[in-house]
Amino acid sequence: MPGAYLPVLIYAVLVIAFPAVTLILAKYIRPTSTSYGAKLKPYECGIAPEGGSRGRYSVRFYIIAMLFVIFDVETMFLIPWAILYRGWVAAHTGLFALVSMFVFLGILLVGYVWLYKKGALEWA
Amino acid sequence: MQAVTQGTIEFLKLYWAPLLCGVVIVAFLPLIVGYVVLVERKLMADMQARLGPMRVGPHGLLQPIADAVKLLIKEDIIPEDADKLVFWLAPVLSVGAALLSLAGIAIGPAFQIAKDINIGILFVVGVSAMGIFGIVLGGWASNSHYSLMGALRSAAQLVSYETAAGMALVSGLLFAGTLNITSIVEAQRQQGIWFGLLAPVAFFTYLVASIAETNRAPFDLPEAESELVAGYMTEFSGFRWSLYFLAEYTNMIVVASVATTLFLGGWLRPFPRTQWLNFLDFLPPLLMVAIGLYCLVRVPKQPARVQQFFMVAVAGLCFFLALVLAVPVLVPVVNPSLAAGVKPLYEGIHGSFWFLFKVSAYLYFFMWLRFTLPRYRFDQLMRLGWHFLIPLSIINVLVIGIAMIVGTYLHLEGWWLLLATLPASIIALLIALFILAAEQKSGQQQAGGAASDSYAG
Repeated sequence: MPGAYLPVLIYAVLVIAFPAVTLILAKYIRPTSTSYGAKLKPYECGIAPEGGSRGRYSVRFYIIAMLFVIFDVETMFLIPWAILYRGWVAAHTGLFALVSMFVFLGILLVGYVWLYKKGALEWA
Repeated sequence: MQAVTQGTIEFLKLYWAPLLCGVVIVAFLPLIVGYVVLVERKLMADMQARLGPMRVGPHGLLQPIADAVKLLIKEDIIPEDADKLVFWLAPVLSVGAALLSLAGIAIGPAFQIAKDINIGILFVVGVSAMGIFGIVLGGWASNSHYSLMGALRSAAQLVSYETAAGMALVSGLLFAGTLNITSIVEAQRQQGIWFGLLAPVAFFTYLVASIAETNRAPFDLPEAESELVAGYMTEFSGFRWSLYFLAEYTNMIVVASVATTLFLGGWLRPFPRTQWLNFLDFLPPLLMVAIGLYCLVRVPKQPARVQQFFMVAVAGLCFFLALVLAVPVLVPVVNPSLAAGVKPLYEGIHGSFWFLFKVSAYLYFFMWLRFTLPRYRFDQLMRLGWHFLIPLSIINVLVIGIAMIVGTYLHLEGWWLLLATLPASIIALLIALFILAAEQKSGQQQAGGAASDSYAG
């Protein structure tokens, strides 16, 4: 039912417009900025900033992001199963549904244990 | 021209309720958030044996408005190395995602913008997670080390706890069998029990994960002031900063609403199907009367005339609310023939009361934790997420599934289903704790050799 999403669309426009319009309006309320020099530099506790900030950072962030994709897709696959599961249990076919999910989660758990042994889940 | 006017009227006829809800939310949410902040400051002051804001207005009640005006007229500083467009866009994105996710939340059976969307809770979770783009882009655009670090931490943290939160939601959805918000609450009415009681481990997991997702203490590492100045918000000032602030508190309200809907029975009163507990319907008006009376008792102890006047005003407001809450429950007692007519009124008024009451309790718990617990270290945070909460939530889904099958074979329903799910929850918790204990044992053997990495996060 695409009609159900029309209010959401209208509300989305409203919600994006609210901060954008207030940001533009605030420009006319506040005094114009006369800042120059060190005030416009990135804050680094008073000393002159050392180099640009867009350098390299720890590889662990990338690993976490990759792991997230795997586990979140798993959650997404679980949700349709979860909302149908109640009906299956009531129809006494729940055991089959549960075993299939056990197999799916089992494969993922093997992967989890492997990651664990490799130390991918360790941070420091 | 005629056609356009006709079309507009048709459109307004169909969608006046969601439009009104939207305008009301956008107009009042900043105010509500301001007062949530005031309540938080007052609570913090109370727990630390001081008074908190007292100067602006009686008991500091005009403080949020003063703060808002100050932030609005503050000088706007954009660092010269910043990416101007992204710097402008990031807070808007953050606030937009947070406010948009409110569209799926139902305060009562009638008050919801996206009433008929059948993916209700998935919509809320998905859209509110989009707010992370605002944080990451804002941190990247400021071109400051602290901001970038805060943004990265925030992303890693959200990503780590999103899985645990999603799994916890799955455990709740097993009982609901639907994603639609209204149907989830109706399922809890039918079964006569909150899903938070049937799946306590899932509720606990969601509680912890939602604190981490909204970057609240003790998991507020992205804005850890002792390490990162203000994290991703370091370079933002004035109104842009207040947009981030608004987004953070709106996100808190969103996660509290999701938890209330799925685990705490939404707009239902406690024990929604137990007939002999129907007197619980008189609790809300009596509570309001009690608060009003307490305010009246405190009047003579107020030092200033304006504060005395103010306390009387609060008491009056409480009595008025008590009257509003009492009408739908008293009318059927006085005249039973009107009971059917008052039913929607009861659902609306008492529904919103219970919903807001539960959300406030959840937020109070958030604040309480913030005042009580010290901040986690980043590797501890990651360890809690990946080593404890994710296995716990996966195991919990499986044992709840088994418990449901056992429950069907033994014909357990409603509260009796607890006989199956409570042992299952305990087993899940024991397995997770066992894993944690085994890990700590092996961790102690390894400790000592590991060099610390100051750029780790």
